[in-house]
Parts: sequence; structure tokens; C-alpha cells
Amino acid sequence: MHKITRTDTASSVVGLSNVHKSFGALKVLNGVSFEVNRGEVLVLIGRSGSGKSTALRCIDRFETIDSGEIVVCGHRVSDPKLDLRALRQDVGIVFQSYNLFPHLTIEENITLAPCSVKGISKVQAKEQARRVLAQVGLEDKLHQYPEQLSGGQQQRAAIARSLAMQPKVMLFDEVTSALDPELTGEVLKVIEALAADGMTMVMVTHEMGFARGIANRVVFMHHGKVHETGPAAILTSPATPELAQFVGTGL
Amino acid sequence: MGGSLNANHLMFLGYGALWTIGLSLIGLLGGGIAGFVIALCRISPSRIVRLLSAGYVQLIQGTPLLVIMFLTYFGLPALGVTVSPLMAAGASLTIFVSAYLGEIWRGCFESVPKPQWEAAEGLALSRSQRMMKVILPQAVQIATPPTVGFMVQIIKNTSLASVVGFVELARSGQIINNSLFEPFLIYTIIAVIYFALCYPLSLFSHRLEMRGGRARIELEAA
Repeated sequence: MHKITRTDTASSVVGLSNVHKSFGALKVLNGVSFEVNRGEVLVLIGRSGSGKSTALRCIDRFETIDSGEIVVCGHRVSDPKLDLRALRQDVGIVFQSYNLFPHLTIEENITLAPCSVKGISKVQAKEQARRVLAQVGLEDKLHQYPEQLSGGQQQRAAIARSLAMQPKVMLFDEVTSALDPELTGEVLKVIEALAADGMTMVMVTHEMGFARGIANRVVFMHHGKVHETGPAAILTSPATPELAQFVGTGL
Repeated sequence: MGGSLNANHLMFLGYGALWTIGLSLIGLLGGGIAGFVIALCRISPSRIVRLLSAGYVQLIQGTPLLVIMFLTYFGLPALGVTVSPLMAAGASLTIFVSAYLGEIWRGCFESVPKPQWEAAEGLALSRSQRMMKVILPQAVQIATPPTVGFMVQIIKNTSLASVVGFVELARSGQIINNSLFEPFLIYTIIAVIYFALCYPLSLFSHRLEMRGGRARIELEAA
């Protein structure tokens, strides 16, 4: 049962092997396997309902899997005795709908988890908040409330909030799907900068041009399976007709 | 016996009205604390806790307050526990209010959007940290108008305490009427006092609702 030795090598940060998951009678993941190494950017693409978002959510245990194994930063995610909070300190997740806490300022949004979870001092946390906000280009929004920010700014603040926990891997779940092209651009720029800094990332996106530019590896999901995988080049020269059709309509 | 309504009668009614307010506050405070616990139990991760609390709510909501009052005031002494009218009325209201506020507040917790819960989980906050720092502050905003609205129900329901001999507003009206025999006049006065206590709360609740609604509309427009 201990495949842990295989996936928990020094460079593997996220490893899924033969993951199955159903919602009732609907089979969403049908034997999914992929691996993400340190510093790598893995992009999950596929049609709506192909299981890519579910696969991403399983990594952070927002969904529990039926069978198979997931190992993230040494945590066996599929283990019922998993220390969930330890896993989530290592994994940052950013959602499509930003999900900033509306009753807190941007600074409070960012300092909440470092103070409550990691127990660092308020002063230290505020300093760090300034640093991560500068990283996403929002250092002047420290004392504003989320509703005072544009969608793109809110999403960048949400990324900063995740960064403040100093995760070992970041998950992005269609983070630009609610934004217009201009705002999408400013968010993607932030993600590019993170990738350049060597952050390990798994992202679900419909931005094919962006995926081509940033992905070390692309995983194309189809009917709950990894249908085709390879370097970003497969987006321009797909091997399977399904991916060809997908990128053909996606561009 | 007989005579006409005088200042002493009005004083007596005022005294009764004060007890109505006092009993309402006891119900709100006791029922609020118990209701908060019920609301937390209703959304507990434990199935058994959820089922038990749901059963409690169903049981209490399906029992008339009058019967709860009878049970505590007449039923408990039969079991060897003596209770004063104030204790019986206070305990009955607390039980009654806890079931309703528990259910109202459960709804408020659950109407905090699910992604907010997930975002808090994703940041590795513990369950109590998520509740106290993320969910509760948002739920309180949602809960304020219906809670203030429900206070009107509490005030009106205190009149049932008169059946266990507790002298609140309705009971003091009865007592005065027993000597004056002016039911229309006296019960009109009683009704006006109840209205004067309840209407400002209704108005306030409505205001809060409008304000919440407007804030949401502005937010969506932005």
C-alpha cells in the first residue's frame, strides 16, 4: 500500500495516481494520474465537466476521492487521518470568485491566517502583508475593503492572501473566468511573475494563449481521464483528435 | 369594587408593562444563548448532534407555548420541583425562543456563501477560527433584521405567562377589569401598550432589512 516512496521523492510536490471520484452515479475522475515537480507549472485544460476542477480540488482535499492516491508535499491526502490544516498550510488555493472576506480590510484579509494559524505577531504579519501586496501591485489598497476594489484587484489581493501563508504549491481554479480581458491580463501577469520566481503551481484555465506561455506541462482532461499530456507544445501540435478539436475551438 | 379608571390603575398597568418588557428580555437573553448553541449544533459536523438538535427544534416548534408553560408550572411540581410563576414563564419562553432563534440563525449561518467557508478552510483556519472570524461576523449582519423582527413575537407571547399567574401587562389588565368591569376600555389600553412596544421594533427591523437590501444591490451594481 505504501506507494508513498515512489511519489514522495525530493522533487515531487504533487502526485496523483489512479484517482477515481464519483458524485453519486456520475463518474468525474476515472483513473487520473499526474505529477508536479518543484518549480513546475502544470496547466489542467479540458471541456467543462471533464473533471479538471475536481482534480484540482482533490489536491487540497475539498473533495475526497473514492480510490487511488494523492500525495502533496509529503502529506498523504487520501489518508483519513490526514492533518488537514497542515496540508492547507503547504497548499495555497485561489478561486474563481476571489472569496475575499467582505467584512475585513485587505490587510486584515491577508494577516488573518498568518496570525491565527502560524501565530506570528501582528507587526510581522502587517509587514508581510505589505510585501505580498507589493508583489501583486496593490500596496496602496492595504486599508480598503474588498468591495472597493475591481474584480482584477480583488483577485490579485486573493493571490496575495494565499502567498502570505508561504505555501509550497499554489492551486488556481479558473481564477480569471469572472474577469474581462483587461482585468484578466493584470491577474495573469501576477501569476507569470510567480512562476518566474519558481513557485510550484497547478492551474485550471481556459486561457490557451496564457497556458502556452507559462506551462511546463499541460494535462488535457477528457471524460475524467488524462487524455493527453506533454509540454506546452502539444497545444500547437496536438496528438489526439480530441485535443485538436478542443484547442481549435478554444483559440 | 367598581369605580372608574384612575392613576393607580394606570400605575398598575405600567408596572405590568415593565414586567412584560422584563420577561421579554429574559426570553431574548436566555433563548438567545440557548438558540446560538442550537444553531451551532444544527450545522455541526457530527450527524448525531445535528439530528438531536433538529429533533429538539421540531419538538418545541410543534408544541404551543401555552402547553410548555403548563408543563413547567403545573407539571414540574407534580414531579416534586416547585417553580415560581417568574421561573416557569422565564424558562418556558427561553425554551420556546431557543428553538425559533436557533432555526433563524442556522439559516443565517448557512446563507453565508459556501465559497467563504471554503476560502477560510483553504487558509488552514481551524473550525472555531472560521466560525468566529469569518462566518459569524457575516452571519450577524444577515441575522439582525429577522432577530429584531422576532422580538415582536417574544413580546406578544409573554402575554401567555398570565395563565400561570404571572402579573405582566395582560394579567394586570385582567385584574383591573375584575374590579372595574370596563373590558372594552381596559383591553383597548392594553392593546395600545402592546402596539407601542412592538411597532417601533417592527419598524426598526424593516429599516434594517431595507438597508441590508440596498447595500447588497449597490454591491452587485459595483
